[in-house]
Amino acid sequence: MTTTDTGTRRGKAAAGSEYHAKDGLLLEVEDLYVEFHTADGIARAINGVNFDLYEGQTLAILGESGSGKSVTAQAIMGILDVPPAVIPKGQIRYCGEDLLTMQAEKRRKTRGPEISMVFQDALSSLNPVFPVGWQIAEMFRVHRGMNRSDSLERAIKLMQRVQIPGAKERVKAYPHQFSGGMRQRIMIAMAIALDPAVLIADEPTTALDVTVQAQIMALLQELQEERQMGLILITHDLGVVADVADKIAVMYAGRIVERADVYDLYRQPAHPYTKGLLESIPRLDQKGQQLAAIGGLPPNLMRIPEGCAFNPRCKYAQDVCREDRPALRLVAPGRESACHFAEEVLNG
Amino acid sequence: MAEAILTATDLVKHYPIKGGVLRRTVGHVKAVDGVSFELLKGETLGIVGESGCGKSTLGRLLMRLEEPTSGSVVFDGVDMYAQKGRAMRKLRRDIQIVFQDPYTSLNPRKTVGDIVGEPFDIHPDVVPKKGRRKAVQDLLDLVGLNPEHINRYPHQFSGGQRQRIGIARGIALNPKVLICDEPVSALDVSVQAQVVNLMEKLQDELGLSYIFIAHDLSVVRHISDRVGVMYLGKMAELGEEDDIYGRPTHPYTQALLSAVPVPDPTLRDKKEQIVLKGDVPSPANPPSGCRFHTRCFKAQDKCKTDIPLLELRPDGAGEHLSACHFAQPREIIETIDLTEQGAGNAV
Repeated sequence: MTTTDTGTRRGKAAAGSEYHAKDGLLLEVEDLYVEFHTADGIARAINGVNFDLYEGQTLAILGESGSGKSVTAQAIMGILDVPPAVIPKGQIRYCGEDLLTMQAEKRRKTRGPEISMVFQDALSSLNPVFPVGWQIAEMFRVHRGMNRSDSLERAIKLMQRVQIPGAKERVKAYPHQFSGGMRQRIMIAMAIALDPAVLIADEPTTALDVTVQAQIMALLQELQEERQMGLILITHDLGVVADVADKIAVMYAGRIVERADVYDLYRQPAHPYTKGLLESIPRLDQKGQQLAAIGGLPPNLMRIPEGCAFNPRCKYAQDVCREDRPALRLVAPGRESACHFAEEVLNG
Repeated sequence: MAEAILTATDLVKHYPIKGGVLRRTVGHVKAVDGVSFELLKGETLGIVGESGCGKSTLGRLLMRLEEPTSGSVVFDGVDMYAQKGRAMRKLRRDIQIVFQDPYTSLNPRKTVGDIVGEPFDIHPDVVPKKGRRKAVQDLLDLVGLNPEHINRYPHQFSGGQRQRIGIARGIALNPKVLICDEPVSALDVSVQAQVVNLMEKLQDELGLSYIFIAHDLSVVRHISDRVGVMYLGKMAELGEEDDIYGRPTHPYTQALLSAVPVPDPTLRDKKEQIVLKGDVPSPANPPSGCRFHTRCFKAQDKCKTDIPLLELRPDGAGEHLSACHFAQPREIIETIDLTEQGAGNAV
């Protein structure tokens, strides 16, 4: 099904997109900074984030609350509230074009057909006073100029695609008539409606029960493979990441502190924070395990510690860590870590 | 074997659904529908299940924050629901609770000293008035907070610290049983372990028995001695931690275990996953017979009509309680034993 034009997503050129992913490179985030100017001071949510996303790739962004993972997603989507948010520096290039300097109207047209997003809380993301079919169909009416009946027809097809039973009958039902898992399926249907090249899923299963979580993750993976989307999966759950991601970027205090192939990272973390996280979670398949908790708390974004932001909680910390902020650097083939002692961490 | 400190027998809690103009009762939400178990002295009994399975209602019943529709709880030889007035108040000292959300369960207008000291106001004979400040500071110290922060307000603490405050309040009266309703689910991953470790430490030091209610099967396995799996108001399976995780016989437990993502990418393709169809049905109108039959991969006609009893059924190595007509052990996860006896050996 792949087109002969190398590096182009199947069907993308046919659908008439004006963007062209050279060598499959969809998204480049470069030296991105985001701060929030509040009455209490400036919260530095993102402090120099870099990453690329290719077609068919699943990049997991892992972090705790306040690590900047969701803000990164919102910056890419262009849905940050400005003000209080300010983007003082950085580029977000989609197929080579910088979204941050793009004209507002042109950027608006990327949201949906090119880049789209699934949110954590499906209930508050859906409008309670319109039928779900109408809300899905809106994508086609607004972006494709379809009429009511054609767009509704497409909405039913999408509902069937995301495996909502009785799609034809339920197209006129309202969000509250669906369960949490079904609502998340509706959100996914809306997100993939216009066949986007990039899908951002921000904690898509956090609000769901574990048996439903498994269904939704399986659906997301299936859709990604079928459409060769670039998927950014934002989560705090190390288990979910291990199941689906290709690459993983660990964020702490607004920076990527480690990035690696998912197999390498779990086998041998190269940053003390990642190592700490892996040692602190109870595993379903282990008994009698000692949980080595990371001491202390994630930093306040208004007062990020000097030097390495993790230094007050780190057992490897030396004077250099309190003075000099380590850059994300290559420490082994395919392994990047922002730690002065990454080699030591990596080797035991 | 240790003796039971708390015995629940056939606990039922139905909430009426009012409908129509006259607000007549048109049905019942069967939140807890016949649950029996024993809690032994000094042990941790984990209760797991998905949302709506009745695990939180069960916790509230054990606290007597709700009156049961029927059934009994015997605590230390005393029938809890038969107690009144002073006798009940005395009983309450021995059973305390830690809530899920450390943001809403602490009064924002009270200082930490007031919050942790409030149990002493209600039960003034535990600590004399003069010694209270000291008692509160000792408690703060015990849960790993700075005793000098006694005059601070909840908003000055992080989520993990707030949960410590909730725990300090829970253990203030020296209870025998602590009911923990999702105590770590609102916390960040790196902070979760701190609180879990604290709870284990307190159990050792104070000889507490825990009822640990949670949806996270990994945390429950870590902390529990025995585990009960609930589905739609009923106990589906109950046994030792090894029984439930190593030799589950109920299809629901098996599906639940197989759905939990394990943080190890090398297991990605090795793990078999039982993906259940659909969602949990409404507890207002639970399925007939076995409540799990609508989603079960083993269901047969019998399951639609006959309610399976929670009874001892063989699990390959012995037997444990399971409520399935077709109970059969199935290994879902390969356990790595890190305990001292079996360090590093797979069981």
